[in-house]
Amino acid sequence: MLNHYETVFITTPVLSESQMKEAVDKFKKILADGGAKIVHEENWGLRKLAYPIQKKSTGFYYLMEFESEGNLLDKLETEYRRDERIIRFLTVKLDKYGTEYAIKKRSKKVEKTEKEKEE
Amino acid sequence: MAENHSEIRYLTPPSVEIRKKKYCRFRKNRIKYIDYKDPEFLKRFVNEQGKILPRRVTGTSLKFQRKIARAIKRARHLALLPYVTDLLK
Repeated sequence: MLNHYETVFITTPVLSESQMKEAVDKFKKILADGGAKIVHEENWGLRKLAYPIQKKSTGFYYLMEFESEGNLLDKLETEYRRDERIIRFLTVKLDKYGTEYAIKKRSKKVEKTEKEKEE
Repeated sequence: MAENHSEIRYLTPPSVEIRKKKYCRFRKNRIKYIDYKDPEFLKRFVNEQGKILPRRVTGTSLKFQRKIARAIKRARHLALLPYVTDLLK
């Protein structure tokens, strides 16, 4: 059965833009290879952490939403743990309300950017 | 004394009677999903030290209190909210 998941990971702030992109591509590839369908992705950019993690006070946040089988998560999380660039990650399953909320939020965001373009 | 004065005022009957009834804002506004990615919203349910406020203070229903707690804990894991601080907000 396909489930809707959402994963956020934080990478170290020392990465350059191309290195960050490479890391993102790596995880996207893992998802794609596992037969997941990436529904949405979002780059939150460099953010201040609420508390230091591994003595770092900032980090790059990246969010991905995808649909896949549950057994892919083990693989994804193992890769997260192996990767030194990742300092924190969280994967959650979205229930029907969560999925609804995500879709709503996304459409709102699209509207917003379209409005900005019009102006 | 100023302190005494405020105490007396609190004890007057009118202020007690007009105390508003608490309600669950999620029930009222039909919010079904609490997003852990929105720390500004979650901050309403923690005190200055970053502790989760009890249901008796916020008036949230049990169902949503559990969801809030989960969302706050997820946000803390992602360093969107602190585990401990002073003078949050």
